[in-house]
Amino acid sequence: MDFLTLIQILDSTVRLATPLLLACLAGLYSERAGVVDIGLEGKMLVAAFLAGAVSYVTGSVWLGMLAAIAGSTALSMIHGLASITFRGDQLISGVALNFLAAGLTVVVGQAWFGLGGRTPSLSNGGRFEPITLPFADAVADVPVLGPIYEELISGHTLLVYVAFALVPLTWWVLYRTRFGLRLRAVGENPSAVDTAGISVVRLRFTALVIAGVLCGLAGAYLATLAAGFVKDMTAGRGYIALAALIFAKWRPWYALSATLLFGLLEAIGNRYQSIEIGAFEIPVQFMQALPYILTVVILAGFVGKAIPPRAGGSPYVKER
Amino acid sequence: MQKMPKWADVALIPLINILIAFTLSGLIIWAIGGDPFRALKTMVTGSFGSTNGWGYTLYYTTNFIFTGLAVATAYQARLFNIGGEGQAMLGGLGVALVALSIDWPHWAIALPAAAIGGAAFGAFWAVIPAYLQAKRGSHIVITTIMFNFIASALVGYLLLNFLKVPGNMSTESAGFPAGTNLPTFSDMLAPFGITFAKNAPANISFLVALACAFGYWLLIWHTKLGYQIRAFGQSETGAIYAGINPVRIVVITMVISGALAGMMALNNVMGEAERLIDNAVEGAGFIGIAVALMGRNHPVGIVLAALLFGFLFQGGSELSLWEGIPRELVVVIQGLVILLTGALDNMVRGPVERLFLMLHKGEA
Repeated sequence: MDFLTLIQILDSTVRLATPLLLACLAGLYSERAGVVDIGLEGKMLVAAFLAGAVSYVTGSVWLGMLAAIAGSTALSMIHGLASITFRGDQLISGVALNFLAAGLTVVVGQAWFGLGGRTPSLSNGGRFEPITLPFADAVADVPVLGPIYEELISGHTLLVYVAFALVPLTWWVLYRTRFGLRLRAVGENPSAVDTAGISVVRLRFTALVIAGVLCGLAGAYLATLAAGFVKDMTAGRGYIALAALIFAKWRPWYALSATLLFGLLEAIGNRYQSIEIGAFEIPVQFMQALPYILTVVILAGFVGKAIPPRAGGSPYVKER
Repeated sequence: MQKMPKWADVALIPLINILIAFTLSGLIIWAIGGDPFRALKTMVTGSFGSTNGWGYTLYYTTNFIFTGLAVATAYQARLFNIGGEGQAMLGGLGVALVALSIDWPHWAIALPAAAIGGAAFGAFWAVIPAYLQAKRGSHIVITTIMFNFIASALVGYLLLNFLKVPGNMSTESAGFPAGTNLPTFSDMLAPFGITFAKNAPANISFLVALACAFGYWLLIWHTKLGYQIRAFGQSETGAIYAGINPVRIVVITMVISGALAGMMALNNVMGEAERLIDNAVEGAGFIGIAVALMGRNHPVGIVLAALLFGFLFQGGSELSLWEGIPRELVVVIQGLVILLTGALDNMVRGPVERLFLMLHKGEA
């Protein structure tokens, strides 16, 4: 493998890791507040659809993004209504939302555009443009560092940089602000938070709003990447993000490395049909399944133990 | 004091939930410019208006009884098995391997053999998450989701590299030998002088599914094991105190659950396709969740809920055929049913309970 191929693979790693990272951080906020979120997939899907549809109709990528965020947050609020207000099962609610999203996007898309659930291709105004960082062209000819800067670091769309900037931001919010402390506390011991006179319900809803916004960005990114919405375009990315979240043990920096790893696996899988190592041939299906296998291994506690937030999954019932 | 009579809990609340789900779906049809009542009529005539329609409806129903029972069995031990999809995929592999292994002389011999094959493979795919849950504390919901994806990759790989007929373009195994072809409803009803559509896929595995529903009822409410499973589900600490081994219960429950999901392959792989095709399960594993939730984990409820979803599935394809409404509408209804019966249950239950309390006071 030559240097340029490596750069290209890493470049597509960044592209493929971005939606995973955004969704993973969305799950991180929600689960750290004690609300398990299987509905990441559905939220991303609705967001991708609305981004594709609204960007096409209005010709503005920004309106598309706003619609994506609104749709994704709306699903988040249904999740909150079911799992916080009515104390229903968070897992079941998430599963239901995924089905709702998978069905609605196609039914509405077909009625709206008549393209079998697709949205029309986005032209230039309807999608995010790659951003060329300063001096990218100037340093392109510098050996090694030039291609790294020009291909790998420069030339991505805005949301890629936003996603990567969100990692330190999330770390700061979680570990250096009062809100973050409360958020983590409400996921570990909600009754203690309640005793301190802070509303558990409001904190959890706030976390879900953040999760909705981030999933909205993830969906908008997907729509931009593929220049429109295609039926079931998230293709399990929400679940991979969930896997990455477990892999990352619910921590922001680990989330970055986990999603980059899963992005790398996908990038390699896209580029090579099969990989030969000595006499062995690794089939492409194995590469596709590897994120899930790794997650099961991590969950089984064979490589480090993943301990979820303690109050995750259970609705909070105020003492009477 | 009981808040409301049992019939309200078992029948009234699911009915209200369906009604809300249908109303919302009707509104969606109306919003996209369709006529909800005509759509309903198309669905009903398409699924119950002819023996052909019935044949498809009952074919789907059979799938959903198997997967619904699978989810319900796990739920009795308060385990949420989202892996029915993957277990049914593996079941298909097991059924295919059995069917292709020898030249079966008669379906009556092939059926039990294939049932064992499907059940064993499905159970195998459930037992790993079960063991990891029981021994290592990894959450079964997440592991079964992961196993769905792994199953899809595994079956795809095996189909492409081992089972596919060389030179054939489509990713599917060789056709099963004629001795494994299960009798369809048309074959079964002909001796009684009843003509049934010849090409409808409903077959004898419908009766196997009903037998499984009966077996489920026996197991859960009339055996020691069933009692242990329910006791474990009600209170893990209580069950352990009573001397019930939690690891054993989790593993056995999931083995039964996975086996039931795996046996679905009798219907779709052996009964209908008569070969193993890629993505043969078509989401039936997930519909099992909705079926079990709506059927309140009771065999009668599950069969009825499976029939409802069989109707929706068959009616949905009629909708896309005649009305131009995509069959994904069924996925929307499925999502609404799961949401309302599973997660938003308290939203309906609260007002109904209050209503009954009010009536009760009025009497006293």
